[in-house]
Amino acid sequence: MKTEKHWYDYLWIAELIYFGLGFFNILFAWAGLCMFFIPLILALAGWDKAYCNRYCGRGQLFALLGGRLKLSRYRDVPGWLRSRFFRYGFLLFFMAMFCNMLHVTWLVFSGAENLRQVVTILWVFKLPWQWAYSGAVTPWVAQFAFGFYSIMITSTVLGIISLLLWKSRSWCVYCPMGTMTQLICKAKHE
Amino acid sequence: MGQLSMKQKKHAVVNRKLCVACGSCQKVCPMEAILVYKGLYAKTDEARCIGCGRCVKECPASVITLEARHEN
Repeated sequence: MKTEKHWYDYLWIAELIYFGLGFFNILFAWAGLCMFFIPLILALAGWDKAYCNRYCGRGQLFALLGGRLKLSRYRDVPGWLRSRFFRYGFLLFFMAMFCNMLHVTWLVFSGAENLRQVVTILWVFKLPWQWAYSGAVTPWVAQFAFGFYSIMITSTVLGIISLLLWKSRSWCVYCPMGTMTQLICKAKHE
Repeated sequence: MGQLSMKQKKHAVVNRKLCVACGSCQKVCPMEAILVYKGLYAKTDEARCIGCGRCVKECPASVITLEARHEN
């Protein structure tokens, strides 16, 4: 029987700390790049989907909210959401939004745009977030932080909505990082 | 005992083509009878699986089913 807990079973706490720090100082959003690159590096280095399977704090957080706190209804995720079409389509959409964020950062870097101290949730809703930036760094560094934090918050909001409607880790079905790491594994092993 | 033996007549089977290899099944399996294989799909160990159905309930992609064991 499986009983022992490992250090990596508590990475959901790091996820909460990340969002907490970003609330007070947006520059901590840069740390989120770890959650972007580590899964890809692990997959490329032969650890396959170890990040999803063990180290994903977000997945753990969703499992905790949906399972332990019983917030999930445990209904089947609709077929269209589980389809490859949606999964790969969402990956493309997410990457397009990521590139857009990089473009806005470039515009601020080049002086064509001013820094926007907002966090955008679900690509539409702009929340003022000016208290989290003191002006200590060059504006493009802060712009990237606001943009990246927006992406991290958006994916978490989608994950929470998904767990409330369906199963705890419904987000994993269309998580862009999960899709990318599985594509790497397919390219390596199939 | 009767209920347990009824359950043990079934075991978890994964639809490998549709599995997203998230590993939520291996986290909840009390027997460590299911593992993600090379990041591609979850793979069950029929001998270890007790057919409890926890992986079926947890799987977000709904690709795990309980099926009758093949008796040799």
